[in-house]
Amino acid sequence: MKAIPSGRRPKHLTIGRIGMYCFILVCAIFFLMPLYVMVITSLKDMDEIRAANILNLPKELSFYSWPKAWSTACTGFVCEGLKPGFFNSIKITVPSVIVSVGLSAINGYALAFWRFRGAYFFFGLCMFGAFIPYQVMVYPLLKIEDALGIYSTLPGIILVHTIFGMPILTLIFRNFYASLPIDLFKAARIDGGNFIKIFFYVIIPMSAPITIVAVILQVTGIWNDFLLGLVFAGRDNQPMTVQLNNIVQVDYGVAEYNVDMSATILTSLVPLFVYFISGRWFVRGIAAGAIKG
Amino acid sequence: MKNSVEVKNISFSYGKTEILNDLSLDIKEGEFMVLLGPSGCGKTTLLNCIAGLLDLSDGQIWIEDDNVTWKEPKDRHIGMVFQSYALYPSMTVEKNLSFGLRMMGTAKKIIDDKIEKASNLLQINELLKRKPSQLSGGQRQRVAIGRALVRDAKVFLFDEPLSNLDAKLRAELRYEIKKLHRDLSNTMIYVTHDQIEAMTLADRISVMKDGLIQQLDTPKQIYNKPANLFVAGFIGSPSMNFLKVKFDKSNQYLLIGKKQINISKYENINNLIDDQEVVFGIRPENIKIEKNENSILCNVELVEPMGADTLVWTSIEGTPISIRLEGSSNYNLNDEINISFDINKSSIFDSKSEERI
Repeated sequence: MKAIPSGRRPKHLTIGRIGMYCFILVCAIFFLMPLYVMVITSLKDMDEIRAANILNLPKELSFYSWPKAWSTACTGFVCEGLKPGFFNSIKITVPSVIVSVGLSAINGYALAFWRFRGAYFFFGLCMFGAFIPYQVMVYPLLKIEDALGIYSTLPGIILVHTIFGMPILTLIFRNFYASLPIDLFKAARIDGGNFIKIFFYVIIPMSAPITIVAVILQVTGIWNDFLLGLVFAGRDNQPMTVQLNNIVQVDYGVAEYNVDMSATILTSLVPLFVYFISGRWFVRGIAAGAIKG
Repeated sequence: MKNSVEVKNISFSYGKTEILNDLSLDIKEGEFMVLLGPSGCGKTTLLNCIAGLLDLSDGQIWIEDDNVTWKEPKDRHIGMVFQSYALYPSMTVEKNLSFGLRMMGTAKKIIDDKIEKASNLLQINELLKRKPSQLSGGQRQRVAIGRALVRDAKVFLFDEPLSNLDAKLRAELRYEIKKLHRDLSNTMIYVTHDQIEAMTLADRISVMKDGLIQQLDTPKQIYNKPANLFVAGFIGSPSMNFLKVKFDKSNQYLLIGKKQINISKYENINNLIDDQEVVFGIRPENIKIEKNENSILCNVELVEPMGADTLVWTSIEGTPISIRLEGSSNYNLNDEINISFDINKSSIFDSKSEERI
């Protein structure tokens, strides 16, 4: 007997739907496999790793690789683990993110609302800047920083990250602000706001979604950066990625795969954490269009 | 009476497109001036120029004997209400209202007084703690008006404030804006494309098209004596009937095909030349159904009952004509009717210049 259609339409499991779930499952396994291998390898001791059963669970849990990776593994000539690198990375990332996001927000605001003479040209320049591979600029920038006396210093590497982050962030902010109703800005001008006041009282309170996107992009980008850190940070400020490389690329002794794996996971924890807690916000921010008052 | 706002020979262009060219307009103190026109006619641009939100390419703007041409919007003593409300979404109603005063550094006590006054006037006391997103369209626009109110502006600017509201609310707020003007008697400049708003609110209407003022006069004059064909067609709903005709001087007739219209009573008949091609304009309510020596016989082609009125459609020599009758009148399709025109209330325009004769 056929049911009379009434009320909520029943959901059927169709072949297409089953196929879709299978596909999603395969994708998930494919992308989770490396993480799985890394985690279990980091929990094995060296004997078991040499047995070369890469996918097997450890017979005996051994945690010694984690503290070693954190505080005693050798990165070149010093053997203090990744800990100094972690704090260096924080010292580099936090100011770089704050300065680049702050300046880009002001830039985007100026480009979107205060149509000054040459704004379009400047906007085009930003677009162009956002797509130049930065290897091209490494050497000239190095010379400039050397001349300024900040090469191989903390301010030096912060400046580099700020410069490279700004074109794309300016674009993001400009496009977000351009989607806000222009009447809001007009109303604020009549209400007595000037450039700075309107930015702080009217624009910033509406910028949360796009600021979250910008911060996520910058935190993960700067944290994961290797090249700029290697070139500009100097020996005392090496970020975690550079130290990780030094641990993994041993020229002498035995390659301790479990320590390598622990060190790699430790290094990727910050971006992973950022994605996990902010993924929802990220999507919301990207999708944020005009906010109707 | 002295002028509150003087627009002196202003020009404005976006890149190479000229929007306003050498436009002048004087607005008297306490006057309710409506800028009326179809979209793209430059009315909003003119308002933005007066507000200082757009920079002129030429000319001057004076507000209360003060040349404000180069002044920032905030220094022009104006309040503005936008079509999109433009309330600050992150602030409560109270903060929205006080924003301008806080920016000026006004004392807290004075701010509170002014907010209380404005919110009483607009009946928004209950809403002060809410965010704009928790308000309905009508409430939002009230708050937006309140925001202009608390600033003690010399001139209020309205940029199509009712266009986003539904018909009922629109009528309600229109009434309130009129009352507000009666009570405050500030100078108000109001942009709209809605002729009902223009007719009901304005002391004077300036009808605009292509960046030019077509006619500047009282609503009555504009309705009864439109200066040209555009104004005649734009004002009035249902709109004025137009007949392309030729003037026969010897009989004082307008000829359309074989039909004749006797216009011997038209006020400016002496300005017409024999054989001149003109457009005869008559509003639907100035046509009567009655038989006399000048009436024209036609057939009912369509009937539109609108409650208070009934609109009867017929045609003369292929040109459709609408007649506005009482709601109670009863006509059916294909009825034969004799129609006669109230020539005193008709308008005659030159076909070429489109100007009123």
